[in-house]
Amino acid sequence: MEALSQFIAEHINLIYFIILSIFVGVEVIGNVPTVIHTPLMSGANAIHGVVIVGAIYVMLHLKTDDYAGLITGFLAVLLGTLNVVGGFVVTDRMLEMFKKKK
Amino acid sequence: MIESLLEICYLIASVTFVLGLKLMGNPKSARQGNLIAAAGMGVAIFGTIFLHEKEVPMVIYALIGLALLVGTVAGWITARKVAMTKMPELVSLFNGMGGACAALISLIEYPNLKHETGALIAVLAGLIIGTVSFSGSIIAFMKLNGSLNKAIRLPKYNIINTIMMGVVLGLGIIMTIVPELNNSINLYILLGLAVLYGVMFVIPIGGADMPVVISLLNSFTGLAAACGGFLYDNKAMLTGGILVGSAGTLLTIVMCKAMNRPLSNVIFGAFGGGNSSSAGDAAAGGTVKDIQISDLAVLMNYSRKVVIVPGYGLAVAQAQHVIHEIELLLQSRGVEVKYAIHPVAGRMPGHMNVLLAESSVEYDKLVEMEEINPEFSSTDVVLIVGANDVVNPAAKNDPSSPIYGMPILEVEQAAHVIVNKRSMNAGYAGIDNPLFYNPKTSMLFGDAKSALTNLANELKSLD
Repeated sequence: MEALSQFIAEHINLIYFIILSIFVGVEVIGNVPTVIHTPLMSGANAIHGVVIVGAIYVMLHLKTDDYAGLITGFLAVLLGTLNVVGGFVVTDRMLEMFKKKK
Repeated sequence: MIESLLEICYLIASVTFVLGLKLMGNPKSARQGNLIAAAGMGVAIFGTIFLHEKEVPMVIYALIGLALLVGTVAGWITARKVAMTKMPELVSLFNGMGGACAALISLIEYPNLKHETGALIAVLAGLIIGTVSFSGSIIAFMKLNGSLNKAIRLPKYNIINTIMMGVVLGLGIIMTIVPELNNSINLYILLGLAVLYGVMFVIPIGGADMPVVISLLNSFTGLAAACGGFLYDNKAMLTGGILVGSAGTLLTIVMCKAMNRPLSNVIFGAFGGGNSSSAGDAAAGGTVKDIQISDLAVLMNYSRKVVIVPGYGLAVAQAQHVIHEIELLLQSRGVEVKYAIHPVAGRMPGHMNVLLAESSVEYDKLVEMEEINPEFSSTDVVLIVGANDVVNPAAKNDPSSPIYGMPILEVEQAAHVIVNKRSMNAGYAGIDNPLFYNPKTSMLFGDAKSALTNLANELKSLD
């Protein structure tokens, strides 16, 4: 119990941040027309690719003789890039079609 | 100085994510929204690399650069080349990549952080959620591209899966509480179990429900990214991750609503369950009648109003351009033509709109279900191309049908219903369709593209 309350006290800013972000996420998606669901999901998919920032950060702190770490980190950055670039490009391609219509 | 610059980069990224997602909610500004979010992502990525304070060996920069380069080229080419019909599985695949990325970060960080409880929780949670998202997405990908097209159900799979989830979470919790068990061997056992759980979670779910599953796994990956953000106190990862986590969860629920089924029903699967085949048999029977292309051309040519109901079959046959041609031909003869778009037509909500937009069908010709349903009674001909479950009247009047309760396009109100199908096989949900035996219905058998091309030629010769 003590550990828990200490944890909350230590990270109170972060906890506020997380809870408020949840509300923002819900607000932002509210009342979206069905038409846009697929591109929206795809766009959200690209945004969580931000995990790549973590992968790069990890790589920057590795030692050059940590081969296992380097290989894993390399893979992580590669997969993250695929998520980000592929995600945004696919979304753009879908949305391109909405634009043509006007 | 440099550090605060980096924080500003993350702030910019966070704002663009919120803004981008907001703009993406409206078809008019959606593309701009996507570009804004992408630009923010670029700022976050390059900020992380170039505003790093410590001296970093060149080898590591080279490796990061190489990974970025290879990933960018491969991602760009795949995303550009893929056919529009393959979009859903590609999204699923990219989602899996993100999940795997989060899990790999956890694997590297575990040895460094295993003695700090808060960090350990974030590492283990990131590992579990990321891995489940990865293996689940891969299964969803395989289901959508057809290499794994049967729902595999172990007996009592709900119970097995729930136990499995308990074991995964239990092991994670034990590792955080009992220091003796907090070691790399258990970490890899946890990894293995999470992979297995992801597979078992998705594999019993029918193909028609994959969009919902992908959306759910999408929000999982968001959470995994947020775990990383918590670990490094990185605000861009936190905002991006949590935003996608909560928005994705809401989107999942909205999608379920469009199909009129609770989320629990999708996950714990009543769809295509044991009783569906018997329900199908009961509805089957009666005779179907065919229509000749020339007769159909005459019928449509002298109609006042034609409604086209496109389904995934249309897209698979690449017939969206021909259907647009028919639409224009009919219109030039003074026929009013509209498209009726069911919310879950295609493989994802809104998928059909994207496919038709690709063949430059005008936006205001695509009418959503609620608006078009009252119009069917004044429609002369309904042409259904490659759609099945979304026009199945069993959803309305057969309580034993597995899709009972799903809102459908009420095409049987129209004077004539023409169904283009390759064969009498059941639709994606694997259930029979009483509409085909309706006396108003005529079947136009054949591949959508060739049948519609013939129809277009026939229409031209009628001039």
